[in-house]
Parts: sequence; C-alpha cells; structure tokens
Amino acid sequence: MIGIDVTLGEVAAALVLVAIAAAISRWRGAGLEADIGIAVVRSFVQLTAIGFVITAIFDEDSLLLVVGLLAVMVVFGAFTARARARHVPGALTPLLIALALSATATLGLVLGLGIFPAEPRYLVPVGGMVIGNAMTASAVALNRLGDEMRGDAPRIEATLALGATARQAAAPSVRRALRSGTIALVDSTKTTGLIFFPGTMVGMLLAGADPTDAVRLQLILLYVLLGAVAISALTATTLAYRNFFTAAEQLRDRGDGAEQPAQ
Amino acid sequence: MLFELERVSLRRGGEPVLVELSARFPEGVSAIVGPSGSGKSTLLRLLDRLSDPDRGVVMFRGTDIRELDPLQLRREVALVPQLPALLDGTVADNLRFAAGLSDRDPDLDRLLGLAGLERSFADRDVERLSVGEQQRTMIARALATEPDVLLLDEPTSALDEQARDSVERTVVDLHRKLGNSIVIVTHDPEQARRLAEWVVRIDAGRLVEQGAAAGMLA
Repeated sequence: MIGIDVTLGEVAAALVLVAIAAAISRWRGAGLEADIGIAVVRSFVQLTAIGFVITAIFDEDSLLLVVGLLAVMVVFGAFTARARARHVPGALTPLLIALALSATATLGLVLGLGIFPAEPRYLVPVGGMVIGNAMTASAVALNRLGDEMRGDAPRIEATLALGATARQAAAPSVRRALRSGTIALVDSTKTTGLIFFPGTMVGMLLAGADPTDAVRLQLILLYVLLGAVAISALTATTLAYRNFFTAAEQLRDRGDGAEQPAQ
Repeated sequence: MLFELERVSLRRGGEPVLVELSARFPEGVSAIVGPSGSGKSTLLRLLDRLSDPDRGVVMFRGTDIRELDPLQLRREVALVPQLPALLDGTVADNLRFAAGLSDRDPDLDRLLGLAGLERSFADRDVERLSVGEQQRTMIARALATEPDVLLLDEPTSALDEQARDSVERTVVDLHRKLGNSIVIVTHDPEQARRLAEWVVRIDAGRLVEQGAAAGMLA
C-alpha cells in the first residue's frame, strides 16, 4: 500500500472548515459554538491518544494487547450505549455481553475464514469498527425496546393475561426493536457507492490505494459489520427484554393504582 | 370459594391503592363495584396474578396463588382488560394465538358466536373494528383459552347503551351456557345488579361491604 504523510499544519488548515461551522452557528443563533469547540478539542485529544496507543500496540506486535484494547472498547461502548437505553432496566449486562459476543464472533469468523491475518494492524481497526457499529446498533435497539415496552404495555399485559409467557407477550416489541437496531446499516449498505462513499474506501483512495482493492476491502468490512450489528442487536434485545418482567411473568411497574378512568 | 383475599395491601408510588382489604368471591357471577380510582382494576389484576400485593394473601379455590404456576393460573382464569388490546392481524389470528397457548385449535364460529359476533368477523383486520367489536373480540379471545373463570374489567365502559346491553347479554349467556364463574368490575351499581349474584363494594382501596347482590343493591 502506498504511504501518505499528513502534517499537523495540514490538520490545522482543516480547522478553517470548523471555523465556518462555528460562524454559521453564531450567525444563525444555533448556540452550538461551545459544543463545536469541545468536539474539536476532544476529537484531537482522543484520536491523538488512540494514535499513540495503536502505534505502541503495532510496535509491540502483541495480540494480548489487542485483546486488552478491544476489551476496553467493549466496556466503554456498553456504558455509552446504556445512556441511550435508560428506559431499559439493567441494560448494562446485556450490552456488555452483546458487544463482547459481537466482537468475538465476527473477528473470530474473519480470522477463521482467512479474510485477515491475526495481526494487530488488521485486528485493531476492524475490531474498533465492529465494536463501534455494534454499540450503535444495540443502543438504538434497546432505546426502541424501552419505548416499545412502555407504549405497548396494555397489549403486552393483555397477552400475559391469556397465559402467554413473557417471551411470547414481548415478541412483537422485541422484533421491532431488533429491526430498528439493524435497519440503518442495512439501508446504508444498500445505498453505498450511490449516495455516499464509506470511510474505509475514502481513506484507502486518499492513501493512494488501487480503487479495486479499496472497493473489495470496503465490501468485506460492510459485510462483517452487517453480521456484527445483527449479532449485537439480537443479543442485547434477547437478554434485556426479560428485565421488564418479574419471575412470575408480570410486567414490572405496570399501572397498579393507575386505574383507567371509567366513562 | 372461588377467590379469597386476606388483609391485602398494595402501595404504588408511595400511595396506598389497596388497604388491608379482605373479601371473598363465591363461584358464579360476582361484581366489584366502586367509584373511579377506588382500586377495582388493581384488585382484579391481583386475581390473575398480574401483580402481587405488598402484604396479604390471595387464594384461588383454597390455594395461595403464589403457589400456582402463573401461566397455568392465567389459562384457567382469563382477564379481559378495560380497553381492547389485540394483537396485529385478523380476529381469527388473535383467536388462534390464544387457543395455541393451550395447544388448542379454536372453533372460530363457536367463539365468535359466544361473544356475539358474526362469523364473517373472523377475517376482519382488528384495526378495522369498532371499539365494541374489539371488546367482543377480546372476550372471544379470552374464551379461546377455554378458561374456567373470566375476569372482566369494565367491559362496557367504552360502549354506547345499545352495545352495552348486548355485551351484558353475552356475559349472562356465558355463565348460563358454559357455567364459567365471572368476576366483573364496574363503577355502575345498576350494572352489578343486572349481572351479578354477589357484590364486593370497595372505596379508596378499602372494603365497604360484600354480600348477595339481591340484599345489597336492592
């Protein structure tokens, strides 16, 4: 692959675009200037830091360090996703399991099928993408699950009242949550190349790679990510829905005392 | 005795909903009567173990219901909530789902007939039904599990007078034809008198009185 050198001066030059964004915000009174400033500083600090970490891991060439880094990403990802899933009781454990399982299964398959060699240079970026996408998918899925379980509570309880299990009663809600967690990536995969160029391909083209290689690598990553988001959304919803129910197949915190007004 | 409650208390959000409530429901048709917000629906939900009291015991035919398998209990004791809450699909889909929970094939014509619906309703999408028709479908769906006991929460509150009379006839018929015991929640003492043999009257989560309907509501 052909190398590319990027100087700090070039990065600084790109800040002109940030200045435009801040100017627009100020001009139209959107009040985003402070957030834009924070975003610029945080992105610089975080990416520079992770750059050093990745450099160190590449230099060490240690798979143990790779696993450690990915484990940290899983934990941070689970906490971040939990903030989106605040209406789901006990969401952290399902999210941790969902991200860990999704990363392990997809990276394991990628290595097992011989798509990438077991080297930090491949595992770190692919693992990071997998965990990032798995996090978004499971966060969206659980966020939707929380809304579904609240909005659909009368129907769920009416189904329980027939002697259905929690699993049967929650099935339509779980199905819709799973769907909403995966649909975004499915849709963007459908339109990829037509409406937008995905990041990996852009990066490779900028770095001077052959377009055919760039396209093939991008396809691999898209397919890997589809698997990863499906596994994480499925795992998170399957583990989390039970937390809405008691051991006696009752919907928790449901309408006791909130008798519906008679007409 | 069909149901017995012994000193049942339940708080929700810090507010007492049921307070030291003891009551009994014999086999046959009983009514829980009380003003809006008095805890009637909560009481009915305890009978199907859709929630548990903080204190006190609920007995079903002499057994503490916490000792029963909740799924088995709910297949014997079917609760129809106040507002219709059907699954997406047709009327027949809903009846098949409910019957399937007890591994049965539903006799659609019979179930629809018992709930006072024409056969042609089987293939109707539930979203295209009136509230009264949905409420009848809820009753037909509950019957599809072939329960021993029906718990009906204000089954006519969303209906006009004509539809109400018709649902009331259905309730009376169900008891006569199938011999099911029925517990019906209503805010209307007149309706309790028309339908029930036994009345439990509550207010603010407490028992006011209970006894044979003829004596109490005369």
